Amino acid sequence: MKKIFALLFFCFVLISCKNDDDNIDCCSQPIVTDVTFTFSHNWEDTEVTENDFNTMQYINANGEVLTIARIRYLLSRFELVNTNGESFPLTGYKLIDLSNPESFTFNTTISDGTLYPGLYTLKFVYGFNEEDNIDGAYPDLNSASWNWPAMLGGGYHFLQFDGMYNVDTTSSPFNYHNGTARISDGNYEQNFVSFEFFPEVEINYNTTIEIKMDISEFFKNPITWDLNQYNTPLMPNYDAQKMMQQNVGSVFSIGQITQE
Amino acid sequence: MKKWLIYSVLCICLSCSNEPTDADTDAYVPTPSPLEIPELFENLIIAPVLPIDNPQTVEGIALGKKLFFDPILSADNTQACASCHAPQNAFTDSTRFSIGIDGIAGNRNSMPLFNMAWNYDELFFWDGRAFSLEHQAIEPVTNPIEMHNTWDVVVSRLQQNDEYPQLFEAAFGDQTITKELATKAIAQFERTLISANSKFDRYLLGDATLTQQEQNGLNVFMDENRGDCFHCHGNPNNPLWTDNIFHNNGLDATFSDLGLGEVSGDPADNGKFKSPSLRNLAFSAPYMHDGRFNTLDEVINHYSEGLVDSPTIDPLMKKVDEGGVHLTPQDKSDLKAFLLSLSDPSFINNPDFQN
Repeated sequence: MKKIFALLFFCFVLISCKNDDDNIDCCSQPIVTDVTFTFSHNWEDTEVTENDFNTMQYINANGEVLTIARIRYLLSRFELVNTNGESFPLTGYKLIDLSNPESFTFNTTISDGTLYPGLYTLKFVYGFNEEDNIDGAYPDLNSASWNWPAMLGGGYHFLQFDGMYNVDTTSSPFNYHNGTARISDGNYEQNFVSFEFFPEVEINYNTTIEIKMDISEFFKNPITWDLNQYNTPLMPNYDAQKMMQQNVGSVFSIGQITQE
Repeated sequence: MKKWLIYSVLCICLSCSNEPTDADTDAYVPTPSPLEIPELFENLIIAPVLPIDNPQTVEGIALGKKLFFDPILSADNTQACASCHAPQNAFTDSTRFSIGIDGIAGNRNSMPLFNMAWNYDELFFWDGRAFSLEHQAIEPVTNPIEMHNTWDVVVSRLQQNDEYPQLFEAAFGDQTITKELATKAIAQFERTLISANSKFDRYLLGDATLTQQEQNGLNVFMDENRGDCFHCHGNPNNPLWTDNIFHNNGLDATFSDLGLGEVSGDPADNGKFKSPSLRNLAFSAPYMHDGRFNTLDEVINHYSEGLVDSPTIDPLMKKVDEGGVHLTPQDKSDLKAFLLSLSDPSFINNPDFQN
């Protein structure tokens, strides 16, 4: 009787000590729950940080000497696509501010589907697509004064890039701001850019993917940007908005991928 | 064996206990008074910053209000916080530079006080030198050209006062007064200074209609070709009407006051000051960090024609080489009408904010 009672007691202790984390099916493959992105910024091969703002001079493709005062940009709709074409959207969007290094990291979860380790194509959207670009809908972006004027179609900025050009002669401001393009009053055109990167990247349980921004590309490819002609104001300028959209296409690339 | 089992079961039972102890149940808890978040703020912007070590309470707010209006904080018992932050002026001073207890003037216009819990970076003063509202409240007491006192003296006076020890006990459960508790109370009161009932707020809520001139003025405000005010001063989706960030807005070619540069030590920050909110401009003249402009017309003229270039000027100051964007007289008038629609008479007349 004593032995039976003691056995029952130890069973009770063992059951009460059971950790919920142990509740894993040992026979199924673990799934990937989240991915981390980091954001780095350079002018061609030179890293750009807030410490370079207002002082470091850069020469763009058109030969203008410029300084940078502010860069903020929005990326959304991060997505992984496996080799069978199945899509796994990631949660949320990210506003990156070069003045705030805390914004250079974005940990996001798989919002739909079961994702196993493997090779995936990375996609994201520069700015918001038309479905997401809802005027005033995002309190965090409103609080950051990231809104795009209603008279220009509303929604949000995709990019705010401010600086001075011709700083070697007669320094003047430029405001390279990008968002919805206004064709005419009440007539607007989407202006986001969808990125898809090849080759596929390996996604594992603790994958970090570096997204690199080459700032010089805003002025270079395919359109050689003339700051003497296009400086400010550019938000209501349809041609400038569509040229920005074209040049953004070569700004982003994938950097280091780490599995830790 | 039986004893061993009994002791084991007792140990398990005791270790699993979550019941509060006597000490827990006896701890004094002042009456919670959560911040009343305006509907517009709730809908449009993220939650206010509320420190976990200084929750809003009825007793704390009442104590903070009493301290805010009490000249006991100044060395000669003549000046309170409210002396330079008057409710009828949206809690700023109608004179360009406030005069301290020794008759000495400062070199900056006192800042208006409202909606401070939504200053997300928590950098206070024109130059951002204080982090958190609690820390901000420490400085004016000891500033030699303001209250010119010491916190030791203030704490001693409060401790010997007939009323304050009981009020501190009610607010914080302790009759022992410290400067930390005093500034916590002042910060609690200041966080209640919420302004969100201007005509434009009511327009956004569907309860008011803008005049044609005010609507035109909003368009000037939001037009990058004309006012382009929204990059620093909010927009209808950010009803704080400030970014709470530091800019050189083209006031001077050289700087007698370095602003943020004095705090950061970075020459690239020289001449930068925090964007003030455009709420309550009808009550908060004079304008700019040094109160150099007496009227809104002067302010608008500055951005239209009066911009002055300098090495740290913000690139958002367009056409600085021409002095600005040269608004038409009609645009200026419309812009002014819109700006005045952001003023909130119910804020300056709120009885909760009066002495």
